Amino acid sequence: MVSMSSTTGPSGPALIQVEDLTRTFTVRRRIGRVRRTFEEVRAVDGISFDIDRGEMVGYIGPNGAGKSTTIKMLTGILVPSSGRLSVAGVDPSRSRMELTRRIGVVFGQRTTLWWDLPLRDSFDVLRRIYRTDPARHRANLVEFTELLELGDLLDTPVRQLSLGQRMRGDIAAALLHDPEILYLDEPTIGLDVVSKGRLRSFLRRINQERDVTLLLTTHDLQDIEQLCSRVMVIDHGALVYDGSLAGLHDQGTSVRTLIVDLVDEAGPIEVAGATVRKVEGPRQWLSFPADASAAPIVAAVAAAYDVADLSLQEPAIEDVIHTLYTQSR
Amino acid sequence: MVDRALWGMRAYGVLAWMWIRVSMTYRASFVMLTLGQFLITGLDFLAISVMFATVDALGGFSLAEVAFLYGGAGLCLGLADLILGNIERLGQKIRLGTFDAMMIRPVPLFAQMASDAFALRRLGRITQATVVLVWSLVVLDVDWTLGRALTVPYLVVFGTAIFVSFFTLGAAFQFWTTDGSEAANAFTYGGNTLAQYPLTIYPTEVVKALTFIVPIAFVNWYPSLYILGRPDPLGLPAATRFASPVAALALGALAAWAWRSGVRRYRSTGS
Repeated sequence: MVSMSSTTGPSGPALIQVEDLTRTFTVRRRIGRVRRTFEEVRAVDGISFDIDRGEMVGYIGPNGAGKSTTIKMLTGILVPSSGRLSVAGVDPSRSRMELTRRIGVVFGQRTTLWWDLPLRDSFDVLRRIYRTDPARHRANLVEFTELLELGDLLDTPVRQLSLGQRMRGDIAAALLHDPEILYLDEPTIGLDVVSKGRLRSFLRRINQERDVTLLLTTHDLQDIEQLCSRVMVIDHGALVYDGSLAGLHDQGTSVRTLIVDLVDEAGPIEVAGATVRKVEGPRQWLSFPADASAAPIVAAVAAAYDVADLSLQEPAIEDVIHTLYTQSR
Repeated sequence: MVDRALWGMRAYGVLAWMWIRVSMTYRASFVMLTLGQFLITGLDFLAISVMFATVDALGGFSLAEVAFLYGGAGLCLGLADLILGNIERLGQKIRLGTFDAMMIRPVPLFAQMASDAFALRRLGRITQATVVLVWSLVVLDVDWTLGRALTVPYLVVFGTAIFVSFFTLGAAFQFWTTDGSEAANAFTYGGNTLAQYPLTIYPTEVVKALTFIVPIAFVNWYPSLYILGRPDPLGLPAATRFASPVAALALGALAAWAWRSGVRRYRSTGS
């Protein structure tokens, strides 16, 4: 595991402290007609990290890697098997109810709002059950309505909202009680490009203006690129990377690709410092290390071949993460 | 603990009121459903009255007495069903993952589950049972002493508490198997069907089972024996007739324990 973030924040203990956190599940497997074996699966296997107030952290990993299990422990839904856990100064599994007022949770795929109720009424019910100060609730509602463009939707029942509209409603709902931490599980899943952009700028804004700490799980790496200064990668229950996005690229595994369109079809191009990865008619893909300059390679190719067109592809974070996953196995 | 219970009740009120408003947005459908439930349960009692056209007594009880038993059981079940009938959807909520969403709200889980989809249309059953009960009170040939008169509301309160406990037990069971709601219905709706009739029509073993194993007999049978001045076919001590609070309390404690264990289990298995 590679760590690039400091473990203690600049001002006192971190907002979220996770130490050697483990969660095992017993999986029952049938063998034969009656006999069964019990197998212990470590969904989260001894992970440790700190998150300081005001951070925006991306939490990524393949399906079943342990992302949701971690979030469930951080919110107090699941009790850890072992390890220490402190969120906003309390133990989530012991003080789940107390913690609910200080955190907001958005489950991307399912709404926590009431299906048949207009947004405005859902928000009002939330105000009552969170016992939010009415003036504070009103001020937040005015602000979120404007920033998330909910004005025309407030009187629409949730079931009639589009996915993007519903997601905006859910995010407003999760923030109305002024939580210190916002957990977002796949917040941009299924949204179009415009909605994604709008959502990301809203999240950036509440992070900057309200100092809300964000932890988001996602499959969309653009979420990470545009929002998070820090990435944690989990695989098979273990953290395989925790650090900056730039650092993830510097793992020594990332490559850039030069796409060359030749005038005529030819055998694989031979130039120093780059290797041909794929040939498709007159088009060829050449990889070279991300920290090397493209200029000498372009010059060498242009000198030796008749080139119709050239383009350069930056390293894809998917590839980097894929390499990390493979290494950790 | 007390704070938590009070807060749970207040939050229950907020959530139940929200569901009432939801159902009022579909006013026509609300009226139809309520009326429907009133009529369906009404037919049920009509069948019993028709039976009395050919017989004078059922298990030694007159029509008015049967109506009293029927109305008492129906009213208790109806009230319990209104208060927390949808708690039986717990298994479904666990499967869909919506139960997790309840765990991030600052309201006790029991209050959230009990108030979920609170349905005022259940007043249909309550109204029907009340009509039958009130009619029986008018026509019953009973010497209404103060003790007997007070036993009627007492029967309703503890009978409802017993059904509430059964609903809770049935729901708690679903923490172990999410398909448990049918088994739970056998105790609640099934128990109600048994308790609508004088228990004298059943074999003694059934009456014993309904007293000592699944204490449905404490909902209306034993208090009614006192009100109607009837002997106990099992010959149990007279105190049994006043033991409904004990049964309700024991069953309530069991249900509370099962619910808490269920939540604890859910939080350590996540399924």
